[in-house]
Amino acid sequence: MTTPPTPTPGAPPVLLRVRNLKTYFVTEHGKGTARAVDDVSFELYAGETLGIVGESGCGKTVTSLSILRLVPEPPGHVLPGSLIEFEGRNLLALPAPELRAVRGNQIAMIFQEPMTSLNPVFTVGDQIAEAAIIHQHLSRSAARARAIEMLRLVGIPDPDERVDHYPHQLSGGMRQRVMIAMALVCHPKVLIADEPTTALDVTIQAQILELLDQLQSELGMAVLLITHDLGVVAGHADRVVVMYAGRVVETAPTDALFERPTHPYTEGLLAAVPRIDAPRARLHAIPGQVPAATAWPPGCRFHPRCPYAWEKCAAEEPPLLEVGDKPGHTARCWLVSEPERRVPKR
Amino acid sequence: MTLVDVHDLVKHYAGERSWFGLGRPRAPVRAVDGVSFTIAAGRTLGLVGESGSGKTTLGRTMLRLQEPTSGTVLFDDNDVFALDAARLRGLRRRMQIVFQDPYGSLNPRMTVEDTLREPLEIHGLKGAVAALLDEVGLDAAFAKRYPHELSGGQRQRVGIARALSVEPQFIVCDEPVSALDVSVQAQVLNLLADLQGKRRLTYLFIAHDLAVVRHIADDVAVMYLGKIVERAPAAEIYTQPRHPYTRALLSAVPEPTPHATKQRILLPGDIPSPAHPPSGCPFHPRCPHPRKNERCRTEPPPLRTITPGHDAACHYAEEPM
Repeated sequence: MTTPPTPTPGAPPVLLRVRNLKTYFVTEHGKGTARAVDDVSFELYAGETLGIVGESGCGKTVTSLSILRLVPEPPGHVLPGSLIEFEGRNLLALPAPELRAVRGNQIAMIFQEPMTSLNPVFTVGDQIAEAAIIHQHLSRSAARARAIEMLRLVGIPDPDERVDHYPHQLSGGMRQRVMIAMALVCHPKVLIADEPTTALDVTIQAQILELLDQLQSELGMAVLLITHDLGVVAGHADRVVVMYAGRVVETAPTDALFERPTHPYTEGLLAAVPRIDAPRARLHAIPGQVPAATAWPPGCRFHPRCPYAWEKCAAEEPPLLEVGDKPGHTARCWLVSEPERRVPKR
Repeated sequence: MTLVDVHDLVKHYAGERSWFGLGRPRAPVRAVDGVSFTIAAGRTLGLVGESGSGKTTLGRTMLRLQEPTSGTVLFDDNDVFALDAARLRGLRRRMQIVFQDPYGSLNPRMTVEDTLREPLEIHGLKGAVAALLDEVGLDAAFAKRYPHELSGGQRQRVGIARALSVEPQFIVCDEPVSALDVSVQAQVLNLLADLQGKRRLTYLFIAHDLAVVRHIADDVAVMYLGKIVERAPAAEIYTQPRHPYTRALLSAVPEPTPHATKQRILLPGDIPSPAHPPSGCPFHPRCPHPRKNERCRTEPPPLRTITPGHDAACHYAEEPM
């Protein structure tokens, strides 16, 4: 039920296309199937940063793991009919050796937890060099030189010394820089950054986001930036996909999303963010909580928490509808076709 | 009227000994290093700092959940550190804490009702669990549930109800919303604000997020490496920060506004270890202030009054950056 995007003339080519992705998990004790990612489609254009925003349990991380087939099976499985197209090939159908040639090479990933994503018993140099040895067949000494070069690129002081350090000898910010160096060592075309700064302090977060921006413009890669933080998206993404309850609920160029948040969830989320530029006031809170992935509500999945919902919302789920202000701005909400109903009930 | 008066509070953790406890001890960790402030009854002091700034240690030491190295805390003119066990327990009824982690701070084997009843029994109080649940916005049916059946926001409401059960005057809120999603965070912040109005509570609100603090605090203190580097009324600290660290923190907050025009101050380097704080001004190695000079490296700046009610610990706090 997704509207195919209208290709804009002169737009950069699509690098990665996700179509009707469904990733489900079988839960323990036979409580049913968790439909973590439930029919998600979007595309990533060359050179852009696409932000995927949502709260815990919306499916944003499972989406990113599904792209590189990192979802553990079982309990997870990607349903037939899902498509992840990269340079004309469906990654979901690739044989393992071909997939390995893509993973970590052309599509790389950085994870949220720099503490647990590095191997504590190898030096950071070895860990950065590994991908270059495997994918680019560099010799050990050439790979070590490349590792030092990468450490310098990500702004680690004294890279010649740091290359022989173990992860425990580095701070959280430094470890995240090492993660970025590992991901970029093969100059990937796509970088998936899953909450790259969530575990970091705000001054370190600013350093890392700045670094990602700078590396992106130097290396020309596309970035899929997965985050819960609308502030991070506002400052660093070109386009945004908002997810709720396993579904894409709104897509928009970043400016359009913040100027005219159209889905009531996006609107509520934006109003709930505490801001340092606003005086002390009551925050807008979205009532209730995210439903369980084993029992999404019928109709629009947001309707039980929506201030505007009417009978139709509980009965029938809307498709992604064109909002009409900017190309590529869509919202999964009946309000797009019946805007006069945008009157809060309470 | 001053309810809480903290004077020159110090909490150092002894350094570990190398060689399985037989070697020389390492340098002590100076978690809280000479902190003074007061909180008036019914007000909220927001305490902001990054990891390792000492903000959590400060909150816990104030309640004497751990013993201080030196300094005093007066609570309603009672010297918290001089009390014997029985009188301390009496005072504890009036000072409570809400913890950060709603997953780790509730006993998984106790129902919500047991959790809420325990403090009442310890203090010999009568109170209705149903009324407490209602006050924090939970249905009475939650009384029979176990923590694993609750969401993060619901657990945090139980944590708040537990603190409220003994009818305290003062609550240390230690990052009460950091683990929550934005939409739920707003619910809990609003709840804390409502309760404060209704029960005339006094809060020490500890957070790393300056934006969250703006929505709850009357005054804000910023900590860095165990020291308060700036303290001012909330309205003022956000519009006219004086310490370069506060300015950098404010500029680093990602705001949900594309093309925000604010000037970014990117701090170089990491927060130093509180076991080896830099000499002079602890912030000097990362400081972007154009006037930074030799004096900053050698002479620790005291927390001094810049304008009435606004203190900062910087030699050049009056000068533009």
